[in-house]
Amino acid sequence: MRLMLSRMLQELGFEVSQAGHGREALTHLQSHEDTDLALVDWNMPEMNGLELVEAVRQDARFTNLRMMMVTTETEMSQMARALGAGANEYVMKPFTRDVIADKLRILGLTE
Amino acid sequence: MAITQAEFDIVRTLIRGEAGIVLEQGKEYLVEARLSPLARREGIASTSDLIAQLGRLKGPLHTKVVEAMTTNETIFFRDVEPFEVLRKEILPKLIEARRTSRRLQIWCGASSTGQEPYSIAMTLLDIPELASWKVDILATDISTDVLARARGGLYSQLEVNRGLPATHLVKYFEKKGLEWQINDKIRSMVRFEFLNLMKPLPSMTAPDIVFLRNVLIYFDTADKSAILTRIRGVMRQDGYLFLGAAETTRSLDDRFERLPFSKTGCYRIGSEPQPALRALA
Ligand SMILES: C[S@@+](CC[C@H](N)C(=O)[O-])C[C@H]1O[C@@H](n2cnc3c(N)ncnc32)[C@H](O)[C@@H]1O
Repeated sequence: MRLMLSRMLQELGFEVSQAGHGREALTHLQSHEDTDLALVDWNMPEMNGLELVEAVRQDARFTNLRMMMVTTETEMSQMARALGAGANEYVMKPFTRDVIADKLRILGLTE
Repeated sequence: MAITQAEFDIVRTLIRGEAGIVLEQGKEYLVEARLSPLARREGIASTSDLIAQLGRLKGPLHTKVVEAMTTNETIFFRDVEPFEVLRKEILPKLIEARRTSRRLQIWCGASSTGQEPYSIAMTLLDIPELASWKVDILATDISTDVLARARGGLYSQLEVNRGLPATHLVKYFEKKGLEWQINDKIRSMVRFEFLNLMKPLPSMTAPDIVFLRNVLIYFDTADKSAILTRIRGVMRQDGYLFLGAAETTRSLDDRFERLPFSKTGCYRIGSEPQPALRALA
């Protein structure tokens, strides 16, 4: 999954880094403040996706970072929670390449 | 099994005559792909047998074949920018112009499964001022199949994943089992009706805004011209027309004038005839 997303983003011109879990992602972001987009799985070890979004949104350095949840969670309440916590977009698995491309356009990251 | 040239021609003539849709030579596979599920549904042994039955007097099967041959691909907020242009440029202008009547009429002329008119409805709700206005959205299509789906407002996960901002999904949809249904409020804003663009237009309230996106591409030049001219006749003279990204009025109807939005084909009726497209070859 992560590999497939990485490849997709690379093809769209992004430089992509990967993190295995929420805490690693947070550490990475802290040393790469200029990251434009973080794709976040809800279910991650150490620190889950929602916790990651909450942590990032408490940090003023990341106001420009777009966060997109990519997850098997499809309950409305979960989605509302993620958006409420500061996720900018939400993609339900399974998805296609077009779904990601559409969302990046909504986020203003691609034409 | 591939269909024969004669069978292809029967289907081609039918959908050209009924819906204006031009099927080029070489699209035999498309006929096969669209009609074999229909044959199965109708309990007919093969596509060839189905086409053979079209030889007789026009009946319900002809309509079903036409519907099966339409391409209904669509997504919410298709191309994104047209809906931004609608919200930021066109609606403010019309709100100014219609201040006394406080009425807006919008017509979506090839609405397919409803994503486009519903995207328009959601865009209108972004403008609080319109809440007290009388706004009608008429959405029409030639396929009664897609009209029925659109009225139901039920979409698969893949359909709501595409193009629809997650905030809108949360705000305007309810989960129904594995599907998602757009809420009653939005559904009540849109009226779905059958309308064949190839026929003279039925009487309708003159629209202030016409969406006619990704449908002219299926027609030949003469039909495109005729349709654009009929639409110009029915819409408000200070109204706006939105076409799809690959469509234009140039060389088809010289009274439409393109507005300067880079990627969005948005037109109004100009006072001067517009020059035709010029080329050097
Ligand atoms: C590709 S969809 C476009 C949907 C939407 N406007 C969009 O841009 O996403 C084309 C639609 O045009 C409809 N259509 C084709 N021929 C038509 C005709 N002669 N009159 C009315 N609708 C027609 C088809 O049924 C189909 O739903």
